[in-house]
Amino acid sequence: MLLLVLALGGLVLAQNALLINGAGATFPSPIYSKWFDEFHKANGTQINYQPVGSGAGIRQVTDGTVDFGASDGPMNDEQIAAYKTKNGSGILHFPTVLGAVVPTYNIPGVSGALNFTPEALSGIYLGRISKWNDPAIAVANKGVSLPANDIVVIHRSDGSGTTYIWTDYLSKVNPDWKDKVGKGSSVNWPVGLGGKGNEGVTGLIKQTPNAIGYVELIYAAQNKIPYGSVKNSSSAFVKADLASVTEAAAGAVKTMPEDFRVSITNATGKNAYPIASFTWLLIPERFKDTAKRDAMKSFLKWAITDGQGAVETLSYAKLPKEVVEKELKAISKVQ
Amino acid sequence: MATSSINVPSAGPVAGSRSFLSRLRDGDEIARVITFLFAATVVLVSVMLVVELWIGSALPRHKFGFGFFITRVWDPIAENFGALPFIYGTLITAAVALLLAVPLGIGAAIFLAELAPQKLSDPLQFFIDLLAAVPSVIYGLLGVFIVIPIMREWIQPALKNTLGFLPLFQGPAYGVGFLTAGIVLAIMVIPYIISVSREVLLSVPRDQREAALALGSTHWESTWKVVVPFARTGIMGSIFLALARALGETMAVTMVIGNTPTISTSLFSPGYSIAAVIANEFTEATGDMYLSALIELGLVLFLLTFILNGLARLMMLLTTQRGSGMGMT
Repeated sequence: MLLLVLALGGLVLAQNALLINGAGATFPSPIYSKWFDEFHKANGTQINYQPVGSGAGIRQVTDGTVDFGASDGPMNDEQIAAYKTKNGSGILHFPTVLGAVVPTYNIPGVSGALNFTPEALSGIYLGRISKWNDPAIAVANKGVSLPANDIVVIHRSDGSGTTYIWTDYLSKVNPDWKDKVGKGSSVNWPVGLGGKGNEGVTGLIKQTPNAIGYVELIYAAQNKIPYGSVKNSSSAFVKADLASVTEAAAGAVKTMPEDFRVSITNATGKNAYPIASFTWLLIPERFKDTAKRDAMKSFLKWAITDGQGAVETLSYAKLPKEVVEKELKAISKVQ
Repeated sequence: MATSSINVPSAGPVAGSRSFLSRLRDGDEIARVITFLFAATVVLVSVMLVVELWIGSALPRHKFGFGFFITRVWDPIAENFGALPFIYGTLITAAVALLLAVPLGIGAAIFLAELAPQKLSDPLQFFIDLLAAVPSVIYGLLGVFIVIPIMREWIQPALKNTLGFLPLFQGPAYGVGFLTAGIVLAIMVIPYIISVSREVLLSVPRDQREAALALGSTHWESTWKVVVPFARTGIMGSIFLALARALGETMAVTMVIGNTPTISTSLFSPGYSIAAVIANEFTEATGDMYLSALIELGLVLFLLTFILNGLARLMMLLTTQRGSGMGMT
C-alpha cells in the first residue's frame, strides 16, 4: 500500500515537472531537438517541439495553443498586430541559428561548380533566360562550355522557409521579381516544375537533364550535392559555407532593428554569402506562468551562448557575436 | 472520401406481426437501433465535413464567389486565388487513370474469376490484395525512380514520334506531368478494380453459366454475354471505388505531377491536383485568406467527388434498365 502511494506520488511529481510546448519551422528542427534534449538533461525542464511549418507555428502561437513559436521568416506587421489584439501584449523575435539556400543543377557535360550572377538567377526564374548558353550565364563562367539546351527550372512545391529565403533574395536583386512575384513561402512561379521538399527538388534535378533548382545548404552538405557560387553585393563569387553565412549575418548587424526582424539576403561584406537567413524563435512578451517564463528565458540565454557550440556539427551557421550580445539584452523584455 | 457500395437486396422488415416488446426481447430491435446508429455516423461525418469546409471557406467564397471556379491564377502573395487549374488537373489525371485501369482491371478480373484455374487464381488474388495495401508514398517513389525516367526517355519520345500530331502529345518531355500522374494512379487503382470485380464475378450464380452453356454458347460467350452483364452493377461499384481513390490521392500524385498550376491540352505538361496543392501548402499558409482558399479547395474536391459519383450512378441506372436488369445477388 505504502509502495503504491509512493509510486503514485512519484507520478504526480513527474507530471508537475515543467513542460513547455512549441511549434513551428521544420528547418531548425534538428538543432532545436538537440538543444531541448540537452536542456532537459541539464535543467529538468521539458520542451516539446512540433516541426509543423513556420506558418502553422505563427498561427498556433497567436491562438495560444503553444507557449512559443518558431519561423524561418519574420512575422509581418499584420501578424504582429493580430497577435497583439488577440493576446493583449506583443511577441518577440529571437534569432537562433542561420541557414542558407544554394543553387544546384544538372547539366550533362558540365561537372565543375558554376558561378551565378543575381541577373542570371532572377532571369532564369522569371523565364527570361531559357538556354544554358545564354550570355548572362556564360559571362560569369568563362572556360566552361555550356550547352545550348533549354533550362528546366525546379522549385519547391510545398510552402517552405527555403522558398521564402530564395524569393526574398530574388526580390532584392530584381525589381521585376518584386513587382510580379514577390516573396513568400509559396509564390506564383512564372516558370518551372515543383518538387516536394528538399528531397523532391533534388530528385527532380538529378533525373532531369539541364535542370536547376535550390535547396537548403544543410541538405546539400549532408547529401554531398554539388552547388554553385553566387555573386554577392561586393561583386565576389561566394560559395556558401558556414563561415560565409555567418559573415552575411555580421554584415547586417549595424542595420539590425531592435526587434531582430531583419532580412540578411544580399548582405554586405566581402565574403558574405547572399542567400542566407536567420531562423527565429517567437517568444511572447508576457507569460502568465512565471515558472515557464523563467525557464524560457534561461533556455534562450543558454541556446544563444553555450548552445551555439553544437550548431556546426549539424551544419547550421553560428550567430555572430554581435547578435548574441544584442539578444542577451533583449531577453529581459520577456516578462 | 466517396463511398461506393455493392447493392445487396435487403431482407426487409419481416417481423410486422410481433409486438415491439417481443422483438426487443429477441434482440432484433436492439440490433436495428445499433446498426442504424452506425450507419448514421457515416452520414453525420459527411455532413459535418461539408459544414466545416463551408464555414472555413467563408472568406474566399465571399471575395471570389463563383469566380473561384474559373480563375486560373493561384497567387498566395497577392491573395488572388482560383481553382481552375487544380480542378482540371484532378479530372485529367483521374480520367487517364481510369482509361488505363478499367480495361486492364476488368480483363484481369475476368481471367481470375472465370478462366484461370483455382490454383493460379487464389495466389494471384493474394498478391493483388497485397498491392492494394501498399502505402501511396511507395507508389510515389516508384513513380519518381522508375516511371518518370521511362516516360522521359522512351514513352514520351515514342508518343511524340507516332501521335505527335495530336495536341495531347506535344511539348517538352519532362517525365513528370498529367500522363505520368495518370499512369501511377492507374497502377494504384487497378488492384481495387480487380479485387472487387473478381468477387462479384465469382458470386454470379452457377445456373446462369450452365444455362448459357446448355444453350450452346462457348465458355467465352457465356462469360462475356451472360456472366459479365449479370455482374455489371458490382463491376461499376469497383470503378467508383477506383475513381474515388484517383480523385483524392495526394502523396503519389504530388511526387509525379510536376506541381505547376497549368491548364494544357498536352498530357506531357506538368500540372497540379486539388489534393496535392492542399497537402503542399497547408502547413505554411500564413494569411487567413490563403488558408481559407485551401479549405475551399477541399470543398471543391468534395463537390467534385459527389458530382462524379452521382453521374456515374445515374449512368449505371440508365444502362441497367436497358440491359439484363439484374443486380448482383
